[in-house]
Amino acid sequence: MSVGFHELAEAPPRAMSSRLEGELLEVSLGPQHPSTHGVFRMNVALDGEIVRKLKPVFGYLHRNHEQIGENTSYLGSMPYTDRLDYFCSMTNNWAYALSVEKLAGIEVPERAEYLRVILAELTRLQNHTSLLGFLLSDMGAWGTPLMYAFREREKILDLFESLSGSRMMCDYMRFGGCRVDAGADWMERAEKVADGFPRFLDEFEKLITSNEILLARTQEVGRISAELAVNAGLTGPILRACGVNYDLRKVDGYGIYPRFKFRVPLGDHGDCYDRLMMRALEMRESLGILQQAFAQIPAGPVMNPKVKIRAFKPPAGEAYGRIEGPKGELGFYLISDGSANPYRYRVRPPSFINLTVLEDMCLGHTVADVMVILGSIDIVMGEVDR
Amino acid sequence: MESLERIKARAEEAVPGATIKIIPNASPANQPSLLIDSDHTLAVVQFLRNDAALRLDFCSNVTGVDWLDRTVTTKVKVKTLIDGEEKEIEQPQVENFPGYLETVYHLYSIALKHGPVVIRLRTADRADGVHLPSLTPVYRSAEFQEREIFDLYGIRFHGHPDLRRILMWDEFVDHPMRKDYREPDDYEYEPTPHDEVLERAKEHYAARPQLDGAENLAADEHG
Repeated sequence: MSVGFHELAEAPPRAMSSRLEGELLEVSLGPQHPSTHGVFRMNVALDGEIVRKLKPVFGYLHRNHEQIGENTSYLGSMPYTDRLDYFCSMTNNWAYALSVEKLAGIEVPERAEYLRVILAELTRLQNHTSLLGFLLSDMGAWGTPLMYAFREREKILDLFESLSGSRMMCDYMRFGGCRVDAGADWMERAEKVADGFPRFLDEFEKLITSNEILLARTQEVGRISAELAVNAGLTGPILRACGVNYDLRKVDGYGIYPRFKFRVPLGDHGDCYDRLMMRALEMRESLGILQQAFAQIPAGPVMNPKVKIRAFKPPAGEAYGRIEGPKGELGFYLISDGSANPYRYRVRPPSFINLTVLEDMCLGHTVADVMVILGSIDIVMGEVDR
Repeated sequence: MESLERIKARAEEAVPGATIKIIPNASPANQPSLLIDSDHTLAVVQFLRNDAALRLDFCSNVTGVDWLDRTVTTKVKVKTLIDGEEKEIEQPQVENFPGYLETVYHLYSIALKHGPVVIRLRTADRADGVHLPSLTPVYRSAEFQEREIFDLYGIRFHGHPDLRRILMWDEFVDHPMRKDYREPDDYEYEPTPHDEVLERAKEHYAARPQLDGAENLAADEHG
């Protein structure tokens, strides 16, 4: 069966002309392959080892999350957002809570804001750590780096578990605050984890930055220009690897981020190496934010008592709220008609939109590079397929 | 960033013939939007992207929304002759608002770091007129999101380079995010439909597309 590339007459100019030279081999990469990070398929046309065309195919995990969200109450969607990007349930919760808070004009207590920042930055740490592990694993550094990364991730997941009761499906935040308060012993443990993290980062960075094979596999691979990155709606570390200074924590200043001092690391080349280093550098900044948050966090309630989260009916209207998730801009667009269920519930999934230019990144590279490029984008199929 | 009224006035001046309407938003989020007519969409959006004071270079989010037909019944006082005597009675008056599909684009500026400017496009109806211009030639980020809207809502985007289903499989017929969508009869409880369940389920599956399938899908009549 032919893989089915579709060419329409009015196609705009693409990075590659659609004229095919010589004999091309059409191959289906995935969906069942460890380095496709889930059930993800790419239809590629190969000229020897070189990729001449690439069409991503997904939907294997599609369960119409948005439809389910429209048939559920506002609170009922909160645990379901955990399942979008199952690595970062805390930031998913925050993005959804932020949108509902915008929709209904809800204030959040100060301590809850601090807890949200702490948990979001811990999420960023564990997401970026595991990404680096997976990426090295994709490149053939089988096992060891991934285990190092997962060892650190476990410590953060343990923190999540003792706070929310679940390691990955946290369901911790609510519109108007957080579900439970973190005790003094939890703070102490979290501080300890954050304090021990730079030592691991030093070790890990030494492992990757001076490794000749890694440099050869990532530098000048999957380059993308800043103009195309902006036009294609790339967000997060991938966008900043192209040198575009756009971090929603700075631009929107949502929550209490304006209170913290941190820098936004920027890349230069927009290749896989920059994308990889962007994660390592962002983790350092996250650790800085964590230290400031631990020092500043005040006592107080974690939930706005005025909000009735059950039988919650926001006024009619619409709101789009977005946060800087570890993978990029995660947004929720809600339309309320005044009833208990949202009329429209839309997720703006960063992994899905970041895949738009996968073809542009991969053209002219070898099949082995495709896996590295895909790994450097950082996708989770739970969020891509929804 | 300048006010939405000013943006509207300047865009209408820059694109002659364009009609833009401000859609208010009652929520505390305070994100009103601009409704742009489909004939001048591309020109207006290009103005929004290239204007030096706006520079909306980043199309963040593209959403489809389905608005069903609405009937609003109001009571109106009418004077009629009853038994030769003029009396005022209340009569129900039924008003029909035809439904439509809508796409919502959230535009931001990375260069000037402001936004969002929310723009909306509306189709003529929910049946044959579900055509809208595609913004993919201006914003690549709309490519997959418009494909998703085509897949789940059935809006045909003109000028889209590769309009195919993206999340559902190619043989699927309906558009599952529409408000009047009915799920297939083999949904969930029947992993391998047979007998009468299979018969009922068949209406949701088209014949396998012949060649590549995109042309067939784009031309099918199932809306």
